[in-house]
Amino acid sequence: MSRLSDLINLDLGQTTTKIIVEYIWIGGSGMDLRSKSRTLPGPVTDPSELPLWNYDGSSTDQAPGNDSEVILRPQAIFKDPFRRGNNLLAMCDCYTPAGDPIPTNKRFNAAKVFKHPDVVAEEPWFGIEQEYTLLQKQVKWPLDWPVGGFPGPQGPYYCGVGADKSFGREIVDAHYKACLYAGISVSGINGEVMPAQWEFQVGPVTGITAGDQLWVARYILERITETAGVVLSFDPKPIPGDWNGAGAHSNYSTKSMRSDGGIHVIKKAIEKLGLRHKQHIAAYGEGNERRLTGRHETADISKFSWGVANRGASIRVGRDTEKDGKGYFEDRRPASNMDPYVVTSMIAETTILWKP
Amino acid sequence: MSLLTDLINLNLSDCTNKIIAEYIWIGGSGMDLRSKARTLSGPVADPSKLPKWNYDGSSTGQAPGEDSEVILYPQAIFRDPFRRGNNILVMCDAYTPGGEPIPTNKRCNAAKIFSHPDVAAEEAWYGIEQEYTLLQKDVKWPIGWPLGGYPGPQGPYYCGVGVDKAYGRDIVDSHYKACLYAGINISGINGEVMPGQWEFQVGPSVGISAGDELWVARYILERITEIAGVVLSFDPKPIQGDWNGAGAHTNYSTKSMRNDGGYEVIKKAIEKLGLRHKEHIAAYGEGNERRLTGRHETADINTFLWGVANRGASIRVGRDTEKAGKGYFEDRRPASNMDPYVVTSMIAETTILWKP
Repeated sequence: MSRLSDLINLDLGQTTTKIIVEYIWIGGSGMDLRSKSRTLPGPVTDPSELPLWNYDGSSTDQAPGNDSEVILRPQAIFKDPFRRGNNLLAMCDCYTPAGDPIPTNKRFNAAKVFKHPDVVAEEPWFGIEQEYTLLQKQVKWPLDWPVGGFPGPQGPYYCGVGADKSFGREIVDAHYKACLYAGISVSGINGEVMPAQWEFQVGPVTGITAGDQLWVARYILERITETAGVVLSFDPKPIPGDWNGAGAHSNYSTKSMRSDGGIHVIKKAIEKLGLRHKQHIAAYGEGNERRLTGRHETADISKFSWGVANRGASIRVGRDTEKDGKGYFEDRRPASNMDPYVVTSMIAETTILWKP
Repeated sequence: MSLLTDLINLNLSDCTNKIIAEYIWIGGSGMDLRSKARTLSGPVADPSKLPKWNYDGSSTGQAPGEDSEVILYPQAIFRDPFRRGNNILVMCDAYTPGGEPIPTNKRCNAAKIFSHPDVAAEEAWYGIEQEYTLLQKDVKWPIGWPLGGYPGPQGPYYCGVGVDKAYGRDIVDSHYKACLYAGINISGINGEVMPGQWEFQVGPSVGISAGDELWVARYILERITEIAGVVLSFDPKPIQGDWNGAGAHTNYSTKSMRNDGGYEVIKKAIEKLGLRHKEHIAAYGEGNERRLTGRHETADINTFLWGVANRGASIRVGRDTEKAGKGYFEDRRPASNMDPYVVTSMIAETTILWKP
């Protein structure tokens, strides 16, 4: 296939100033990523320089057939790791022709929360630990698991190395570099407790950027698994039984929490989150009740708890934060299929704006 | 898969100063290697400049779930042969949040021994001959061996060449170059007596670096076998019967042994080792009794004996050393699954510090 690769890897910069921009958006289910590309006359350095566009919302369950145009507004740009050169990825959100956000547009409300002066003043930082599972394409069974059977029990796989302990590292490593190339703040990766399950972390990033970067990181991952012929799953409990689920633990801090005395601000914030546990859980991802059982390093979905270094709690505070008297905390409740626009803005809203 | 390869091989130095550091540690069994990666803001050459990190010890049998953080202290840096560029591998050891080495941390004690002034003055050199076996992934049977059967008896395979005599050379050769690239002092390789079994040597290395280099060489080997879809085994007697086992013969010398009159120092050291034979054997690897039978170029596990050019002895002194009156000797007792921190520091302790 080397002639196809030669063409895919053509450096157009030699022959034209035109660039290709891939417009990315979230479809009607709230988890399906969509994209299409267009040619622009020259390099672009700011999203505001990109034209608005539109797509067929009736094909993504986001508009009726007789009034199908949904408007795409570019919000964040990244270097395209697949086309490279001056080509870009553009993360967009969706509006009616009249200019209103469509119902599945969760970014719009999140952006409002992050523009609130009280929230802006607190410079909320997020670090999201995105877990995911790789599945064989023909059967919905994890990569390198024997078909019709199971691998040996969990134990050897967390951060494991070796052909019998690590399944799919190629995909993970390609994703890491592709994201760094794109300009996404990927802070690390690791193999997870269940074999064929992996995690990458995005952050620390401020405010609305967390959602933009996580969605584009997910998009890049889905493009890479597409190339590898492997299916990407964000299901929070892909295999029932004695197998870990997949989460999107969200680490969070504000300016006050990062300053001296921050540990008290943290404890107050955790209290407020405890008072709104049900509301947060409802927004933290579909199917989470299959995952948050109180076993497999989770807290039971109906109970709110927190603790230092405690991986069985809803919220975990790291030993470093406890020792320094300031820092950040980890909300372990969000499922792998959560919407980061929703989760990040809700955490900021509850802890900064909401009064009990 | 060349699109994946393009991404894995991206040279990020063109677009960012950021580097990726793979932190490596030893898990709860004392032989399982674990690793995860993080992004750093720029190149780092000194381990003391790397941040401490932590991992989920409850997933590696090293901490309870409600107090799961284990702290990683970076101890040695090597160039990453997989990610290349300015990216690095970091060998770490593991501590409690209170700063105590956890029970499986054998490096801490070894480092103490090597820091002892009497030991430091003697500049202990080590050359470790790491043997290992390559197994087919889906059945635990050596590569190249017929399923349900055996290859022809041992004889043609030691340093052999040819498709019917050498199984897995591409793994061995890529490992050799990868280790040299990484900055590991790998001194040679050879095909072993049992087909599917190989050996590489690390050394001469001084003091604690022998352990660091051997562990990272093992890590690189396990990453390479992972890519090759082959299982790496450090079992000391992988196949019962008339098939060689796998050892980690440890060559050793001190300044006094390397100087004129060193042969007498060597003989005294061997005497001391003989007086502590049982203690050393207990620390020289699990399952060694299946290997040290007195046959297949080993000495019986209960017998301590030494001899010049004698491969059936516990300790062998080379003819060169005998002729020159100075040099080094080879402890042939350690099994392939020994911990080099334990073995190297114990040999130094017994021969330099211990008084009968």
